[in-house]
Amino acid sequence: MVNSPVDIDTRWQQFAPDLDPAKVLFSDVIPGGCHWSWRLPRGTALHLTALQPGANLSLVLYAAQEKLERYNMPDSLKAQHTAHFTRGHVLMSDMGRSMASIIGDSLGWHDPLGLLLDSVRMHEKYGVHDYQTFRNGMYRSGRDGLLIEIGKYGLCRRDLVAPVNFFSKVTVDEDGRFQYVPDHASAGASVDLRLDMDVIVAVSAAPHPLDPRPEYAPSPVGVAAWRCGAAPADDYCRAFRPENARALHNSDLQYLV
Amino acid sequence: MTTTAIRIRESALQPENAVVDTILPSGEPWLHEVKRGQTLRIVDLDGNQAADVIFYNRHDTDEHYSATQTMLRQGGIYLTTGSVLYSNDGNPLLTIVADTCGRHDTLGGACAAESNTVRYALAKKFMHSCRDNYMLCIQESDSGLGKADLVPNVNFFMNVPVTEDGHLKFDDGVSGPGKYVELRAEMDVWVLVSNCPQLNNPCNAYNPTPVQFLIWD
Repeated sequence: MVNSPVDIDTRWQQFAPDLDPAKVLFSDVIPGGCHWSWRLPRGTALHLTALQPGANLSLVLYAAQEKLERYNMPDSLKAQHTAHFTRGHVLMSDMGRSMASIIGDSLGWHDPLGLLLDSVRMHEKYGVHDYQTFRNGMYRSGRDGLLIEIGKYGLCRRDLVAPVNFFSKVTVDEDGRFQYVPDHASAGASVDLRLDMDVIVAVSAAPHPLDPRPEYAPSPVGVAAWRCGAAPADDYCRAFRPENARALHNSDLQYLV
Repeated sequence: MTTTAIRIRESALQPENAVVDTILPSGEPWLHEVKRGQTLRIVDLDGNQAADVIFYNRHDTDEHYSATQTMLRQGGIYLTTGSVLYSNDGNPLLTIVADTCGRHDTLGGACAAESNTVRYALAKKFMHSCRDNYMLCIQESDSGLGKADLVPNVNFFMNVPVTEDGHLKFDDGVSGPGKYVELRAEMDVWVLVSNCPQLNNPCNAYNPTPVQFLIWD
């Protein structure tokens, strides 16, 4: 941890006790429905932990040095022939590079289909809970949370890409219909995301739009950043598919010195 | 919720009454305005071609086609008759009013030089791609569109099923020569098309072919 006289967060010691303390950079807890963002260098990992059952963390990525390069759902899904994310999968940019790799996963399925709760749907489903009446109990949609975060970097609504919904599971049936899987992530479920480029990461812990629970009750998510280093030659994600090896190679070409 | 199973519906519109009737060879882009209330037909002339299309609000291009809003609101992934194409702001852009193909993809995105290096081989990067087509087309236009506007698109006539165990497949198309899809514009829109030049994917039998666009008032 960075030594500091201020009130730094140490909750990673509870929700991620297995991390090497010498490698932990910082931690935070995103309250359910809330949002945040970071600019982080290549070789950093985010250890994400569901702190209560039914968590959802919508996450988008932009290249810090060229924000026109951003996470691309279709490119990531078609290159890996997948509609779910777990250890071995990488999150690819529209420029053919791996922006982040899933290097650890206790859950086995995170939803990459990109569905996002907006305020119209949120109000229809849960009613209006505004700040004036409910103070910090107000409801915030995932779209609004992510728009606030990416706006901090000069990005606007045309720039908001389809997110990865960590801790959620949505399957697709034979007719193409979505089936949301309830009770997918239990408390303690975790995933490690290694950043393969310098990136802006924005997250929202608002509910998944297909979450059938009638109440707005999103779970908090623990975030612990730790120093993992760039992907080694014998990396699990490189070996997972030849497409991933090429995407990581394309990222490596950005960091030649 | 609308289901997304195949729904075939033929159109009564006659080509001789169309106000626009144009053929776009493969490997070419097209940017055209469609007014609210007009109907756009896209014809897969030779079968199993992919027409990669993005729609924008003609008067505010920050409002664009959203694959995820569209899928969320209909509850599933395939587009066919009755599917409403929504924007990132949650407004209807167009509605599919006729479809003799029955299934169109909106998960697979458009090919790019860079994604070709990942999907096929590093040496494929100089082959032609939809996103290069889009880029040149918008560079030459006065639309104000830029790279950030090249968002996930519709792949008309492409079949990209998702299996229940979470895998993505690129199946043979369900399209065939002369099959078409027809969309009614719910607002004034830009239609940005790349007629896909992909030569590395068996979905078009490695043979990209022309598509036809017709517009009726």
